[in-house]
Amino acid sequence: MKKFLIALLFAPLVALANTGVHLDSWPGSVGDKPALQNGAKVFVNYCLNCHGASYFRYNKLMELGLSEQQVKENLMFTSDKIGEQMRVSARSDEQKIWFGAAPPDLTIIARARASADGSGADWLYTYLRSFYRDETRPTGWNNVVFDKVAMPHVLNALQGQQVLNHESHKLELAVPGQMAPADYDKTVSDLVGFLVWMAEPQQEFRQKLGLGVLAFLAVLFVFAYALKKEYWKDIH
Amino acid sequence: MSFWGAQVIVNLFGAIPVIGNDLSIIIRGDFVVGDATLNRFFSFHVIAFPLVLLGLVAAHVLALHETGSNNPDGVEIKALKDEHGIPLDGIPFHPYYTVKDIVGVVVFLMAFSAVMFFAPEGGGYFLEYNNFFPADPLKTPPHIAPVWYFTPYYSVLRAMVWNFFGLEAKFWGVVGMGASVVIFAFLPWLDRSPVKSIRYRGPIYKTLLSLFVVCFVVLGYLGTQPPSPLYQLLSQICTVYYFAFFLAMPWWSRMDKFKPVPERVTK
Repeated sequence: MKKFLIALLFAPLVALANTGVHLDSWPGSVGDKPALQNGAKVFVNYCLNCHGASYFRYNKLMELGLSEQQVKENLMFTSDKIGEQMRVSARSDEQKIWFGAAPPDLTIIARARASADGSGADWLYTYLRSFYRDETRPTGWNNVVFDKVAMPHVLNALQGQQVLNHESHKLELAVPGQMAPADYDKTVSDLVGFLVWMAEPQQEFRQKLGLGVLAFLAVLFVFAYALKKEYWKDIH
Repeated sequence: MSFWGAQVIVNLFGAIPVIGNDLSIIIRGDFVVGDATLNRFFSFHVIAFPLVLLGLVAAHVLALHETGSNNPDGVEIKALKDEHGIPLDGIPFHPYYTVKDIVGVVVFLMAFSAVMFFAPEGGGYFLEYNNFFPADPLKTPPHIAPVWYFTPYYSVLRAMVWNFFGLEAKFWGVVGMGASVVIFAFLPWLDRSPVKSIRYRGPIYKTLLSLFVVCFVVLGYLGTQPPSPLYQLLSQICTVYYFAFFLAMPWWSRMDKFKPVPERVTK
């Protein structure tokens, strides 16, 4: 309801600012701890080789309900200090020479990718499922959401290879991967959930706290207004 | 986006004839927005600006102690005074205005907390999406929109497209933008109405004020949008009305029908 009201408020602006890319809405939620744990696993295995998350530390991952031992054994490949930032060893100026573009830091990517077309989560969820084979690109991959993207399809072993049908403008699975399409979507959804959580780990707490604060202010308003009425009644 | 916002704001000084270009380089401390600019903007916003505000607050409190508070009827408080020279129709700040302001503060805090706890990014209006990317001088965004509270003035800036008196349209845009902010300070001299409170004012005032509000909101909306011929025309119409509202005020504020103002504050 809240989201709907906010959306309604900005609806005229959004309608005009739309760029035409249709984004699938992300089905997950940041409250889903097991999904976030799975997302963290996918993140450190597939993303954290080129992309860093340098504004985030490994010990923060314990907030996902993991013990220090679990984080150390399963999620830490680039460091053995739990307080270390989630960095990659490659420097971004070197990466720029190797890949043509430096892979961006992913700590707050879910907030950066938000636009009038949809939330950052929607964008990421669609993007990671929209890679297709394109032999004209140096990597052999292109993306419907991010045209001429520099990143190859890192998750292609899981998803398989898609091709773009130029008549219907739809993606078709040409070579199946290790996962069924529904399982792949779930995996991507978990990964996106982790990225959304990492971009603002306090977001659930913030909303819970907000309800309390608003309730208090509502009560305070009643008293403040009654007091004002009482004092001003002899003035008009 | 803040990077480009800073670039645009500093470039406004570049519109001043003859010295503009050098002036904007001096303000920036660099040819592009850089480290020196960042430090200057920081010290300006964190030290200089609050000090000015503090001074204004002090001046305001001094003035309040000199004359006393007004009343909602707009009855002249200097007319009737008691034996100590204290205005009889002035309403004491405490408790009347303090309890009233508590209500205002609570209402504001509710709006503020709603944004802070539930929509900190405000759909890209409070925290712009681009601000989550590191600034890159080589990637100019296609559409640079100012923060929401600047948009009406930004529209006025963009509405000026003609060269007058051999000076560039850009310069007149900056003049218009500055004037649209400063003009509020001249209201005491522009308003020639015999009554103060809206309670005793007539239909002309209410109609023109409502139109002004509409124009202001339209200008604010247009400031968020990329330019187009229709929007430009609209913003020009609104800008003309914006200034006409103030500049014609000495005449229309006298013409209205007024209700009589009571001698004393109404009970």
